[in-house]
Amino acid sequence: MKDSAQVVAFIPRLRRYARALVGERGAADDLVQDTLERALNKFHLWKRGTDLRAWLFTVMHNVHVNQVRGRREYVPLDGDALEQPVRATPDTALEARDLERALLRLPVEQREVLLLVVLEDMSYEETAATLGIPIGTVMSRLSRAREKLRVLMEGLPGSRRLQVIK
Amino acid sequence: MSGIPITEADLQAFVDGHLPDGKRAEVEAYLAEHPDEATRLDAYRAQCAQLRELFAPVLDERLPERLTKLARPWRVPLGRIAAAVAWMAIGAAIGWQLRVAVSPAPATSARAPIARNAAIAHATYTPEVRHPVEVGADQEAHLVAWLSKRLGAKVRAPNLDSVGYSLVGGRLLPSESGPVAQFMYQNKEGSRVTLYVRATAPDQEQTAFRYADEGGVRVFYWIDRTFGYAVSSNHLGKDALLKIANAAYAQLNP
Repeated sequence: MKDSAQVVAFIPRLRRYARALVGERGAADDLVQDTLERALNKFHLWKRGTDLRAWLFTVMHNVHVNQVRGRREYVPLDGDALEQPVRATPDTALEARDLERALLRLPVEQREVLLLVVLEDMSYEETAATLGIPIGTVMSRLSRAREKLRVLMEGLPGSRRLQVIK
Repeated sequence: MSGIPITEADLQAFVDGHLPDGKRAEVEAYLAEHPDEATRLDAYRAQCAQLRELFAPVLDERLPERLTKLARPWRVPLGRIAAAVAWMAIGAAIGWQLRVAVSPAPATSARAPIARNAAIAHATYTPEVRHPVEVGADQEAHLVAWLSKRLGAKVRAPNLDSVGYSLVGGRLLPSESGPVAQFMYQNKEGSRVTLYVRATAPDQEQTAFRYADEGGVRVFYWIDRTFGYAVSSNHLGKDALLKIANAAYAQLNP
C-alpha cells in the first residue's frame, strides 16, 4: 500500500480546519479539494517518516494564500471595524453563530494560528513549521487572536469606545 | 519560584496546557495575585472549548463525493486486483489461525470496508489530546448502554488491562451502514489503539480473523453474526497488535 493512502485519513481533519478558516461549507470543501489535488501532484516532495499532517496543512496553507487571499472579498477587516463587538449582550443560543462570525473577522494569519493550536492541538513548534513562520510570531498572533476574539464576543467596554457611527 | 518574570507567551502556553509542571505552578501563583489576568485566561479557555465544540461535527460528516473521488487515486486501483484479493481472502480464511501472524498483508481493502473505515476513524480521533472520546471510561456503564442502544444490540468494551491498555472511552460515529462505535484504549506511554464496532447486516458475509494495512494503520478485524470488529493501531507492529486483538477477540467471541 502506498504511503499516500494515509492522506485519506486526514480528510476529515482538513475539512474541519478549512471550515473554520473560510466559514462557508462549499468554499471550505473547495479549499480541501484544491489541497488534495496539489498534495497528490506534489506527493513525491513529502519526506517519508516526517509528519504527514503538518505537511498537508502546509499545503493547505499555501493553497489558501495563493488562491483565496488574492480575492478582494476575503481581505480581513481590521482597525475600528474589527473592534466592534459582534453582539452587545450575551445570549447563549446565539453564541455559536456569533463565535463563527467573530472568528471570520480575525485577520486570516491570526485565525490560522489559533485554529492549528486549538482545533489541531498542534504544539507551537509544529504550528510554526506548518506555517513557515518563527515561533515568536506564532505566540504574538495567538495572543492577538484570542484577545480580539474575546473583545468581539464580550463587547468589552474597551471596544465600545472604538465603535464608529457611520 | 524561579523569579523569572511571567511572559505573555507563558500565559498562552498555560491556556494550551503546554507548560511544564514547575512553570505552571508559577503561573498559577501569578494568576492568584492578578485576578484580571485570571479572568482573561478563563475567557481564552472557554473560547477554546467553544471553538472545538463548534467545529467537531465536521469530523463526523459524510465526506462529499468530490473529495472521496479525488482521494481514489491515492489507493491501489481496486478493480484490477479485486479478483486476486478475493482469492487471498479465501486463503486467509482457511488458514487464519496458522498464518495470521506471518501471512503477507492483503494488498487492499476491497473486500473489507470495515478495515478501511476503522483505519480512518482511528487516524481521525487518536491524535486528539483533549477530546479523544465523547464519553469517558469513568462512565463506562453509561457509555456501553448508550452505544448498545444506538447500534441496536448489546455492545461490550473488552478489558485490555492484561495487555497493558486501559479504556479511555468511546464515541459514536456515522457510517454508510448506520451508526458505529469506537472504543479507545491507551497504555502507560500514551499510545493508543482503537476498537471499531459495527452492526452486521443480515446478508453480510462473516469472516474470521483478518489483517489489513490501511496506509500505515494496521488493522485486525473479524465479523460475526452480530458485529464486525476492527482493532487498529498506527504505531504498533503487527505482532504487538495481534496480541491486543487476540485479547479483545477472546472476550468478544468466547
